[in-house]
Amino acid sequence: MNNLSIIVSNISRNYDSVKALDDVSFEVPRGELFGFIGPDGAGKTTLFRILATLVLPDKGTASVEGFDVVKDFKKIRKILGYMPGRFSLYMDLSVEENLSFYATIFGTTIKENYDLIKDIYRQIEPFKKRMAGQLSGGMKQKLALCCALIHKPAVIFLDEPTTGVDAVSRMEFWEMLRRLKESNITIMVSTPYMDEASLCDRVALIQDGKIMKISRPEEIIADYRYQLWAVRSGRFFELLSDLHAYPGVHSVHAFGQSAHVAFNKSALLMDDLRRHLIHAGYADVVIEEIRPAIEDCFMELMSQ
Amino acid sequence: MNDNIITVKNLVKKFGHFVANDHLNFEVRKSEIFGFLGANGAGKTTAIRILCGLSYPTSGEVKVGGFDIYNQRNQIKRNIGYMSQKFSLYDDLTVYENIRFYAGIYGLGRKEITTKAAMLIKRLDLEVARDKLIRDIPQGWKQKLAFSVAIIHDPKIVFLDEPTGGVDPITRRQFWNLIYEAARDGITVFVTTHYMDEAEYCDRVTIMVDGKIAALDTPSALKKTYDAANMNDVFLKLARAKPVA
Repeated sequence: MNNLSIIVSNISRNYDSVKALDDVSFEVPRGELFGFIGPDGAGKTTLFRILATLVLPDKGTASVEGFDVVKDFKKIRKILGYMPGRFSLYMDLSVEENLSFYATIFGTTIKENYDLIKDIYRQIEPFKKRMAGQLSGGMKQKLALCCALIHKPAVIFLDEPTTGVDAVSRMEFWEMLRRLKESNITIMVSTPYMDEASLCDRVALIQDGKIMKISRPEEIIADYRYQLWAVRSGRFFELLSDLHAYPGVHSVHAFGQSAHVAFNKSALLMDDLRRHLIHAGYADVVIEEIRPAIEDCFMELMSQ
Repeated sequence: MNDNIITVKNLVKKFGHFVANDHLNFEVRKSEIFGFLGANGAGKTTAIRILCGLSYPTSGEVKVGGFDIYNQRNQIKRNIGYMSQKFSLYDDLTVYENIRFYAGIYGLGRKEITTKAAMLIKRLDLEVARDKLIRDIPQGWKQKLAFSVAIIHDPKIVFLDEPTGGVDPITRRQFWNLIYEAARDGITVFVTTHYMDEAEYCDRVTIMVDGKIAALDTPSALKKTYDAANMNDVFLKLARAKPVA
């Protein structure tokens, strides 16, 4: 056996006429934190469900820790931790009851693997008698992660663990994942938040059932082919449409207080654009050269 | 007479001993884009339900569109629109049926419904999809349509509860163009989001922490006050100040 934890070869899966996954292939080495970045409907959940042996692929093969997702599904289920997007906790059981339920299902005890979940569980332990349904979003998510880890899996799948979770809890969750990586668990995580891509070792950008790109986040950024400027001014929405109309502009996207404007390299000079905008009445305009973010790259790949 | 379309004075909402909204005070001005942010469990949903006339406050004064929250709830409901990412359109109805359904619910007359539906389908470029089921049309189209039906009755205020959650980055930006156009046409937009870049597009932003309003100002003033580079930093500084629970 080699050091690959997950191997996916040419997987396709349709629901009626909708191609949920279209000839998807990739590999994840053991111990990697691998991210699936894409919006709702991109195919992320279908892929997780195939790898978790809950859905059969129409075409292609896949294996987890050397076990085939179709033939060896029972073996995979024993070594897999899965935190699905919607349901994973029993709302009418307490924090402690949920955890011991999952431990029992996998034939183990909380005590036996306490070390692995210690850092996360300690944060919710003061509330261990509380019903899961009465926890805040951030706490539910911590408990769900503990439940997915309690049998010490070799691989863990987290399907959109941070969706609908506020910015603070999101940051804490990623800190937990990075600490978890030290236990050499392979972690596959999906998210619609582009800014979370930089926290992964490698990411796959996925849209409409196809993988647009797989790489390390910094390589994806290095591959961006345009010259990118951030343009700021009052009257922001007018600015966006005026920038669209400017000759030589490849793309314009709003990013908070700035518009990110891409040009074909060396096609235009920043000073020309500045003069043009000041002339058009944007007296307070600020333009600076910036490095693209993953979201810039994702939108560029989407429009290709 | 003033330009405030929503006035909230000392709003308190308790569930048993738990104080979900703890003396909220704020005003929303006519046709502004008002961002309503906060961590999970901070009390946003409770406040929105009260503003929409779906739940009574424990105490306090609340006026929405000039109507009192205690005894003019039906007038309030006629003057607001509502949309969220989780619930907006019926998947098993067609585009046209959804428009007719919502227009009917919001009390438009038969003739008006026909005219409005035709206008809307044309303006949104949805002629080809008119008789398609919602579940069969792309996400970007659904978004546009959901927003348009939420304002089909020309409400004074539209409440958008995490309208862009899970949406792809291009559609998300197109959606904000719609929001901006609606505000320019005079509709007040009350919006919640977890995307901090979207907070920058609001005229003013409220940040709720533990049932209280921790800050309310324009994005640029908030960044200055909290010495932050962007709204994400402002949010983290305010929301992280509380103990974990």
